[in-house]
Amino acid sequence: MSAHAENINYFKASKGFMSWLVTVDHKRIGLMYLASILLFFITGGVYAGLFRLELWGPLPGFISPDTYNHLFTMHGVIMVFLVVVPGIPGALGNFLLPLQLGAKDLAFPKLNITSLYLYWIGAVIALFSLTQGRADSGWTFYAPYSLSQNPAVLWMLVAAFILGFSSILTGLNFIVTIHKMRAPGMTWFRMPLFVWALYATGIMQVFATPVLGITLLLLLMENFFRIGIFDPALGGDPLLMQHFFWFYSHPAVYIIVVPAFGVVSELIATFSRKDIFGYKFIAFSSVAITIIGFLVWGHHMFVSGQSEVADTIFSFLTFFTAVPSAIKVFNWTTTLYQGSIKLTTPMLYALQFLFNFTIGGLTGIVLGILSVDIHLHDTYFVVSHFHYVAMGSTMIAFIGGIYYWWPKMTGRMFNETWGRLAAVLVFLGFNLTFFAQLIMGSQGSPRRYYNYLTEFQIYHQISTAGIVVLALGLFMALFNLLISLKNGAIAPQNPWGARTLEWTHAETPPVLYNFTETPVVTQGPYEYPTEKV
Amino acid sequence: METTKTFWLPEQASTFADAVDWAFGLYFWISLFFFALIIGLITYFVLRYARKRPEQMASGQMIHNTMLELSWTIIPLLIVMGLFFIGMRGYWHMRVAPSDAVTIDVVGRKWSWSFDYTQGFSNDTLVVPVHQPVRLRVTSTDVLHSFFIPAFRAKADVIPGRYHSLWFEATRTGVFPVLCTQYCGTNHSFMLSAVKVLEREEYDEWLKGAAEAAGGGGMTPAEFGATVYTKRGCNACHSPDGKPGIGPTWQGLWGKSRPLTNGSSVLADEAYIRQSILEPPTQVVAGFQPIMPPYKGIISDREIEAVIAYIQTLK
Repeated sequence: MSAHAENINYFKASKGFMSWLVTVDHKRIGLMYLASILLFFITGGVYAGLFRLELWGPLPGFISPDTYNHLFTMHGVIMVFLVVVPGIPGALGNFLLPLQLGAKDLAFPKLNITSLYLYWIGAVIALFSLTQGRADSGWTFYAPYSLSQNPAVLWMLVAAFILGFSSILTGLNFIVTIHKMRAPGMTWFRMPLFVWALYATGIMQVFATPVLGITLLLLLMENFFRIGIFDPALGGDPLLMQHFFWFYSHPAVYIIVVPAFGVVSELIATFSRKDIFGYKFIAFSSVAITIIGFLVWGHHMFVSGQSEVADTIFSFLTFFTAVPSAIKVFNWTTTLYQGSIKLTTPMLYALQFLFNFTIGGLTGIVLGILSVDIHLHDTYFVVSHFHYVAMGSTMIAFIGGIYYWWPKMTGRMFNETWGRLAAVLVFLGFNLTFFAQLIMGSQGSPRRYYNYLTEFQIYHQISTAGIVVLALGLFMALFNLLISLKNGAIAPQNPWGARTLEWTHAETPPVLYNFTETPVVTQGPYEYPTEKV
Repeated sequence: METTKTFWLPEQASTFADAVDWAFGLYFWISLFFFALIIGLITYFVLRYARKRPEQMASGQMIHNTMLELSWTIIPLLIVMGLFFIGMRGYWHMRVAPSDAVTIDVVGRKWSWSFDYTQGFSNDTLVVPVHQPVRLRVTSTDVLHSFFIPAFRAKADVIPGRYHSLWFEATRTGVFPVLCTQYCGTNHSFMLSAVKVLEREEYDEWLKGAAEAAGGGGMTPAEFGATVYTKRGCNACHSPDGKPGIGPTWQGLWGKSRPLTNGSSVLADEAYIRQSILEPPTQVVAGFQPIMPPYKGIISDREIEAVIAYIQTLK
């Protein structure tokens, strides 16, 4: 090992606060994303905790209706635009993409740090809006309600607009990196599935996010100049806003969940020492889902007043997104067959992802059934379905991924016992919280309700109790990781016996430019030997 | 009365409820089957193939199985296509009101509902007769709302500056909650009302009493519309009896296809009439000049509804 700076691990390669702020190292940028996102995950969670506490009883409790509306708006905006959308790509994607491809860095390192700064600027503006009043539009910004010229809502629109650019630049960077930076021998079908997932996500970020940007810009212009775009009082059309919004926000659901598919594929392969069943299907279906995902936005609008013909076509197309998702679940399940399965902490998250995603997917299909959706639309059933995907699938896979790559990122091993215990608490807490919401939703309890019919109180109480267990599990998981930074055992290069490049060819933690020699790839990402039992 | 409420779904009180609940129930069992299958297999594999020695490798590397893959592609595809058709049939039934439906206007505003009856009065709860198709024509005066009766499985967004509609036929008497399901600000969750389903005779009696109580001598919207027709000066250009004038006659207008100067044509429905009153230049009938002044900001929604009702009587 030479003493050149590039062969020193990326923590020690340079020192000081400034060395992090001006870094172009994808690993450091990934870690800064991770820290920022976790901070906002806690913030968004606190907002949720507060309004869930209020919902313990049906009558006005310790907060006013306006405060409640503000809390759920902040929860939604923070969790969507600052946590789940940038989450896995920003933190894990940045850290791992070059490592998994056998590259030195992303294609555009300076663009990468620009993305992070845009994220921070967007985040600061979102927080700044708190000083300007109370944003209460919901994360969906539906017009004409969002056109009330509430300055806090305006700042929130600006924040989301800027965050969109962060997302676009990350997506662009990933697409180019995957096309141009693969190591010798790293053919498309030797790429880990996490890379495929980031590729599909990148396409959506680049093609869908600009529409969000345009929509937010139009809302701002309408607010400032009173030109009629979405507000009927000014001659605008509120349904146009919904079409624009969901043209982004439906693909955004896949921006949120497709990276999780990638993470889970890695975890399941590693901890069952198996090649992924139907690798090519999973790879292509991620891309296929992104394409079909662009054509189904109207299923958010079955009761909105759009034409019945449009409703019918959107319902029809929606069912085609269900099939590839179902097949993926079957593929992951079948991958476990004949494996050598170890229930480590990351694997427990992968398995609860399968549990939650199955529920999230199945509850999505019923919402596609036109006649049934009329009843379920805008109830807690939809809220729960969405959380089974965004929290129960994406965040769970994200946490599983953090645990899985933690030794590579930090050079330390975490405590397995505490890790597993936390994973079980998270599983119980999450399902307690959101299964209760499925029932009260199909019973007809509308979403975004400060006051509710007394018959729903029991479900609200189960849900609020659930969030306490969930919070306990999440903080336990977090502290377990933080404590490992000081007390954890030094991690070996490949503690899990994985087969992808970041484990087989990169040191723990990786050196400044990832590899001391450019890796030459001669096999697929999950080629494990077998043995007779 | 025995309740029809189940673990998953609220009580049933309309003709839609059976079909919606049947589809929900069918899907529930299908999804439960797949959920049990997947979770069962995962549990079995995790136990059966648990790693016993740290260095233990997998006992096989199956990565393809054509039969398996075909079956788990084709079976779900067939199931979801079936679900699509079930949903579509139910939905189209819900969207097309029977011709004998009684129309009631619903106006949503922050944060209350107003139910405007054709007998010329408004009420803050919806009162309807049992076993009678009722069509609700909904609109909003401010932001988006959504009109939801869980017991009827009926819902429609309520949009400012637009008419949207839904219909139902109540199957039993009683009182059922009406909720707003589109977020509309501070008191969104207090924007509640009720639908009261009465026997036919009780309903007729209530209607008579309410109309008299509301004053106005029980003028119907059509009668009111006839007064608006002269009061607003429509009669200067539009005849009620087919006589040619500066503008098209109103006789036989309702429900017809209207050829426009731009070559397209439009159905003479509520939306058309409303638009023609508020912003006439946007749809000028072929053969006429675009000279009618816009009534936007001048005429009330109540008057527009009355004019619509009046035009409907001019067969």
